Amino acid sequence: MATSTHGGAAHGSVKEYVWGLVFSIVLTVIPFAMVMNGGFDNGLTLLIILLCAIAQVFVQLVFFLHMNTSSEQIWNTVSAVFIVLIVAIVVLGSIWIMNHLNHNMLMGH
Amino acid sequence: MTSMNTSALLQPPPAGYTGYVDEEHHHDYTGDTLLGFWIYIMSDCILFASLFATYAVLSTGFAGGLTPKDLFDLNFVAVETALLLLSSFTFGMAMLGAQQKSMTVLLSWLGVTFALGGGFLAMELYEFYHFSHEGAGPTSSAYWSAFYALVGTHGLHVFAGMLWMIVLLVHLLKDGITVTNHTRLACLSMFWHFLDVIWICVFSLVYLMGVM
Repeated sequence: MATSTHGGAAHGSVKEYVWGLVFSIVLTVIPFAMVMNGGFDNGLTLLIILLCAIAQVFVQLVFFLHMNTSSEQIWNTVSAVFIVLIVAIVVLGSIWIMNHLNHNMLMGH
Repeated sequence: MTSMNTSALLQPPPAGYTGYVDEEHHHDYTGDTLLGFWIYIMSDCILFASLFATYAVLSTGFAGGLTPKDLFDLNFVAVETALLLLSSFTFGMAMLGAQQKSMTVLLSWLGVTFALGGGFLAMELYEFYHFSHEGAGPTSSAYWSAFYALVGTHGLHVFAGMLWMIVLLVHLLKDGITVTNHTRLACLSMFWHFLDVIWICVFSLVYLMGVM
């Protein structure tokens, strides 16, 4: 029960934090290096930036915030999944609607 | 019935009643507090989501003025990112110190975290000053309004986190690492890691994509 906790508050270890830091640095350096060196296809760069960002968010959640699917943490995780859905609706929905509005208003045409 | 209830409410509380639930009741209030704070952080995500959505929608509204390509310096942003990323790690180390009940370890790492956060904030303020000076202030164009709103809100959160650290320092020096103080520290830890998560989105979507 070394990792047992008060509900909702998981504890980490030095090893876990160090791995979290290493993964974060790698996932930060990759997109920065790609954009700063240039010379890559724009679509590929965009894809790598997005993938690294998503991966690093997961690294932060797992290694620093100790999120998991144990019974102590399940409500944190469930609420986070719900918020991801809401955030996706807000962000993607806004971009989608506003693009269509721009198109219908013939702005920039 | 009503008058009876009213008179019952007007009775003085029994001796020893403080209005707070004693810790002798074996219920896990720490877990409840942390889940509640987590829900707050999730609501903060929606605040940032709307700012990101605004930024995305206005991302081409330069009004003929300066664009991010003219101003963004990725070396500068890389240092900012390093400071905030390291501060997330050092806060983790501070939490481990708190678990070992070691005030020295806790306060040293918390001090390092505070310094890193301060360094980040100083760099961000310098950047804002520099951009405004170059002619890209918050009122220059739709793009720059959205930029300052998004990045500025993140900066304000970092500032709030640093104020919270000072308040917590006072609590810790007064009472030591009690259960209550540990809960407060765990909440601040969640808040600080959350700010790092938001910054990942900011440097990816705003800075890296801005100069692409």
